[in-house]
Amino acid sequence: MYEFQYHKASSINEVKEKISSLNDPKIMAGGMTLIPTMKQRLAAPSDIIDLSNINELKGISKEKGFIIIGAMTTHFEVHTSELVKKEIPSLAFLAGLIGDPMVRHRGTIGGSVANSDPSADYPSSVISLGAKIITDKREIESDEFFIDLFETALDDDEIILSLKFPIPNKSAYMKFPQPASRYALVGVFISDTKEGIRVGITGAGPCAFRSKEIEKALSKNFTESAIENVNIPSENLNSDIHASAEYRAHLVKVMAKRAIKKLS
Amino acid sequence: MKINVNVNVNGQDVSEEVEPRTLLVDFIREKMKLTGTHVGCDTTQCGACTIHLDGVAIKSCTILAVQAHNRSITTIEGISKNDELHPMQISFKENHGLQCGFCTPGMVMAGIDIRRRKPTIEEDELRLELEGNICRCTGYHNIVKSILNAKM
Repeated sequence: MYEFQYHKASSINEVKEKISSLNDPKIMAGGMTLIPTMKQRLAAPSDIIDLSNINELKGISKEKGFIIIGAMTTHFEVHTSELVKKEIPSLAFLAGLIGDPMVRHRGTIGGSVANSDPSADYPSSVISLGAKIITDKREIESDEFFIDLFETALDDDEIILSLKFPIPNKSAYMKFPQPASRYALVGVFISDTKEGIRVGITGAGPCAFRSKEIEKALSKNFTESAIENVNIPSENLNSDIHASAEYRAHLVKVMAKRAIKKLS
Repeated sequence: MKINVNVNVNGQDVSEEVEPRTLLVDFIREKMKLTGTHVGCDTTQCGACTIHLDGVAIKSCTILAVQAHNRSITTIEGISKNDELHPMQISFKENHGLQCGFCTPGMVMAGIDIRRRKPTIEEDELRLELEGNICRCTGYHNIVKSILNAKM
């Protein structure tokens, strides 16, 4: 790891001040991706600004049809939250599939979403449930948030404060984990929301995206068989030693069917 | 620039100057000379470096020492009391829950954390809970038995 300076911020304002005054700073949430990346010298920030002392970024609450989760809330907290288990059980289930218990004790929802890892679990739920990403500057719609591989709509100096999940009628998540890393080779999150059926896919493309094809099929007929004849184009999907683009396209349908099965 | 870190290690308050890039596991092994905590993979996968931070299991290779400032850590050396082994250690001994022993400190620390969170856990779920701890002797069967049967 290259040298850097470390700062523990105690307020959002302090983070903003530091970002504007330092050379090449990086915000650290749980550090479950950032620290391994820095160890490999793939990231070499001049300064690390640690968010772990900012209490306003932590916690889970319910507000007028929404579950609001602070950016620094850990996967473990989401997984075990009675509120999340009651209102959006699929989200609690998803959080319990991330990494392993030790990683879930440290990793955070804000960090995961801001990183836009193509195979992270949370982005599929953000897209499917139509969550709003609340930052220090604005509210970003989930459809506009994930742009590309490790790229989001966030400005360099923008900080996620919380995620605002509309409570769906019902929802389910199924993933095919990469056998070694447990990241999603493909993960499919299906929600029956007030705005209709929304399907979020992770692991398959450069970043999480909506499958309009599956949404259309399920809107007409909310059954496993409706997915059978859907064509998932593989042109823009990821291809690597673990799975070809065609195999990932196939897995999208299989995981979608399993998610539907779980809901019925 | 070095930073001062105050951390309680196995019940003892320690104050040390560290570089911000020092990993907690290196702090534990190099500064504290507590070499029971192992570095297996150094990539957050194997769990040999598992310790407790404020009573919760974490991978000490994926946290900076400076992040443990004003907090308490427990390593494998800190779980026995007055030369008496921790019930989890006794169970690993009785069930032969190890072969080469390299992953064992991490397995014991993870096992204590699992049983703390889920006192009556059953085998299937325990095997899932252990996904962050890798044993390359493939000795999972007795490790699972040890954690399930620990009298804690």
